[in-house]
This record gives sequence, C-alpha cells and structure tokens, in this order.
Amino acid sequence: MTGSLRADFLTSAGPVPRAASGGALMGAAVAALVLATYIGGAVVLGVTPGRIFAGLGRLGTVFALMLPPWPDSTAHVPTYLGALGQTLAIAFLGTSLAGLFALPLGFLAAKNVVAGRVLHFLTRRVLDSVRSVDTLIWALIWINVVGLGPFAGALAIASTDLAALAKLMSEAIETADEGPVEAVLACGGGRLAVMRFGILPQVLPVFASQALYFFESNTRSATIIGIVGAGGIGLYLSEMIRVLEWREAAFLILLVLVTVAVIDAISRRLRAAIMGVRGS
Amino acid sequence: MARTVAVLPEAQLAALAGAYRQAVAARQRQLLLGAVVFLLALAVSVMGAEVQPATFFSKIGNFTSYFDRLLTLDSGARVWTDPVEWFWGLHRWLRLLGETLLIAYVGTLSGAALAFVGCFAASRNLVPTWLCLVVRRVLEMLRTVPDLVFAMIFVVAFGLGPLPGVLALTLHSAGTLGKLFTEVVESIDLGPVEGVAAVGGSWLARVRFGALPQVLSNFVSYTLLRLEINVRGATVIGFVGAGGIGEDLLIAIRKFFYADVSAMLVLIVLCVMLLDMASERLRHHLLALEAGK
Repeated sequence: MTGSLRADFLTSAGPVPRAASGGALMGAAVAALVLATYIGGAVVLGVTPGRIFAGLGRLGTVFALMLPPWPDSTAHVPTYLGALGQTLAIAFLGTSLAGLFALPLGFLAAKNVVAGRVLHFLTRRVLDSVRSVDTLIWALIWINVVGLGPFAGALAIASTDLAALAKLMSEAIETADEGPVEAVLACGGGRLAVMRFGILPQVLPVFASQALYFFESNTRSATIIGIVGAGGIGLYLSEMIRVLEWREAAFLILLVLVTVAVIDAISRRLRAAIMGVRGS
Repeated sequence: MARTVAVLPEAQLAALAGAYRQAVAARQRQLLLGAVVFLLALAVSVMGAEVQPATFFSKIGNFTSYFDRLLTLDSGARVWTDPVEWFWGLHRWLRLLGETLLIAYVGTLSGAALAFVGCFAASRNLVPTWLCLVVRRVLEMLRTVPDLVFAMIFVVAFGLGPLPGVLALTLHSAGTLGKLFTEVVESIDLGPVEGVAAVGGSWLARVRFGALPQVLSNFVSYTLLRLEINVRGATVIGFVGAGGIGEDLLIAIRKFFYADVSAMLVLIVLCVMLLDMASERLRHHLLALEAGK
C-alpha cells in the first residue's frame, strides 16, 4: 500500500518539476531580455553612473540654493496666487468640457448601444488618436486657434481628456447590467428611454467619480501647461527655473504641492460620497 | 387570469407613499444643491480661464484650417500625394522616436525598481509606522511634482540630453508606482508571511517568499500601464531640452513647418497606439495567468 502510494507520488511528481523549470526558464529568458534592453538603452542614452554622479554635485548646489523656499519680497505673491487660481480654473473648465462631450461620445463608442460596427470602430480609433497626443502638444495647437492664454490650456486639457473619459465611459456602458435595460424594454420603452433609464443611472456614478479623478490629475497637468504659454502657474515656474531664481521656483513648487494635496483631499471625500450614494 | 393583488389599507399606503415622496425629494434637493455648486464653480473658472466665446467661435475656423495646413506640403499639394516628400526626415524622426521610447523604457523601469524598494517600506503591514509615514510623504512629493518640472531642474544640473529626461521620468514614476504598489502590498494575504516567519525566516525572507509571489503580476501590470503613460510623457519632455522627439516637434510647430508637424504626429500616434495595444494584450494575458493560478 505504502509502496504503491510512493510509486504514485514518484510518477506523478515526475513531470511537475520539468513543467515548473520550463516556466522558470521562460521567465528567466524574459527577465534577461528586459534587463539587456534596459542596460543597452541606458548606454545608448548616455545614462551612465559617472555622468549621474557628476551631476549630483550640481543638483546638490541647486537644492541648497532653494533654501529657504520663499521669495525675498512678497511683491510677487499675489501674482503667484492669481496664477494658481488660474491653474485650478483651467483644470476645472477643461475637465467639465471634456465630461460634457465625453458622455454622448461614450454612448457612441459602446458596442451595446451603437450597432454599426464601422461607426463604433471609427469612433474608437479617432478617440485613440486624440488620446495619444500629449496635452502640451494640444496646447500648442489650440494656441494657434485662440491665442496665448489660459483658454488654450483649458481646451488642450479638454481635448486629451475628452478621449480618455469617452473611452472609460464606453467601457462602463459595455459592462453595464442588462437587467434594467430589459426591464425598460419590457415596459415598452424606446431606445432613448433605454439609455436614459436603463443605462445612465448605472454609469453616472462611475462617470462622476472618474471625472473627479481626472480633475485631480488635471490639476497636476495644468501646473505645467504654462510652459508653452497656455496660462497658469507653469509660466512663472518655468521662467524662474530658466533665470535660475531657485528660491522663487521652490516656493512655487511648494504652492503646487499644497494645492494638489488640498484638491486631492476634497476630491477623495466627494468620490467616497458619490460611490456611497450608489451603494445605498 | 383572475388574480388577487394584496392591497394595503389606505392609511398604511398613504404613509408609505409619503415616505417615498420624501426620500425622492431629499435626493432631488441634494442633486440640485450639487448642480448649483458645480455651476458656480464653473462660472468662476470660466472667468479665471479668460474664456472668450466670441474669439472661440470667430476663430474656430483656424482649427480646421490648421489641420488643413498640417496636411499640405510646401508645394501646395496634399501630403499623401507625395509620401516621400512628407516623410523626408523619416530617418532622423525614427531615431528620435526610438530615443523617446528608450527614455520612457529606462525611466519606467528605474522608477519601478525604486517603487519596488519603496513600497515594502511604505506598507503598514510590514514595517514600523514611522518609517512607513516618512516613505509615503516622499513618494507623494515625487508624484505631485510634474515630470517636466523635474526635467527642467535636471537639465540645469545634468546638462541637455536624454539623461535628465530619464531621471525625471524615473522620479515621477517612482512616486506614482510606489503608491499603487503599496496599495497592492497592503491588501495581500498575511498567511504566507506569517508562515515564513513561523519557520524562522528573516524580514527579507518574509518579503521574498511570503509577499512577493502574491504581488508580482500586479506590479508588472501597473508598470506596463505606467510605460504607456510615460511614452506619451517622453514625447514632450524634449520641450525643455531633455531628449526625444519633443524638441524637433516644438521647433516644427513654432516655425510653422506644417508638413513636418503632421508627419511627426502621425509617427507618434502610430507608435503610441501600437504600444498601447501590445501592452493591453500583455496585461490581459497576465490577468488570465493570475486567474488560472
């Protein structure tokens, strides 16, 4: 009895380590490839320990020059605070604009709403293309249309996020529960009624929470959009770094850090409330 | 089809209907309040962002005509009639695009390595609280400062070229990935960790054999997601002189070399899309692997 058990154990144990070692070999090969590309890439780009250490000294000097991180005179502070407000306005307006247009576009890009495969495919590809162009590039394009200033920044943020939000929306719509949809159909509701009463109540909380999340991340992007002249605090920040006014730059970075932390806290609370409403 | 429907007494029904109406009214009031707050914030931000609807609508023609110009060669012909002329700088642009990809790759991987070390030190269930709080603040700072700001500072310290770009993406990715990694590590099953501790494993052994096997596939999937984002970021990091295709793109946009701009945009969009697709497939594969385990 014990003998046969042991034999069973031995035979069944036979192929297992081989399979495991095959997997391990594969894993090792992938890891080696990833590592080789990493080292090769670092060498090609000139990212060598020698250069990094040489720069670290200068970086230390820069950080030393940043202390204490506030400007000598308070003359510019109102200007900075105004720019910070503008940054928030850009982020809020951009996200709102994106949300407004993303909702209908999301329906258009969802498989279970729009039956036409061609229309669905085209919407998706256009959204993908819009999304793969960075916000800063959109800002440069919009500056050509409405001129320098925060409006171009808001439009740039709206462009990138419109595509990203619409994609998330369409995914939420596609995974929506079929039950309410069938219920509306059973009561004799039309296509519009299905969208309004069957799908919208399910996706709206998801959408609102995603939009808030985008607002958070847009506050971060809006701080740099000024680098290309599209308004906000980025203009001053890049200017201060360019003229090597490190203490002013550090002050601006601190302002951004605090603002983002505050916005994050507010938005986290709102998101919890929204998800709570859905749960009840 | 005779059927009896239980009808509640009138008084009970009225009370229930009243409660229903009250609940609905409360929700509607809440919604209305939210809408009012939102509209007020919107109005303030419209003023703050100096929105000029008049300019927008009078100049929206510029938007379409801009794309029209993007698709026109210097000779006045449409770009697709002469692809060789359109992509005259293909060799250089592909090299720069490759550099962009490498910056994103090396930056993401270095950032993931830093985040990997940081996340175990920031997890409440593995280290003392004080260390966890310190590491968390550092990660938060790294992810709040935009990568372009890091890049601008590093260009001053390390000189122009891809090196500051790589370092900027490294730090920013370390911050964002560190947070995601920490969340994964904090939600693991502590059983295996205790098991390793019970057989006398050190802290390192507990992390290696108790925690790591549970989190690795999630880590890889988040790193891939970050790579997608960083490739987009690396396309503009050249705007501040930190390598990649961004510098050429900025110059082409500023100097109105329309056909060049569209050619580079086409290359960027294609590259990002292909990479997104590959990464999405890989991530789904990983998820399937995880589910099968």
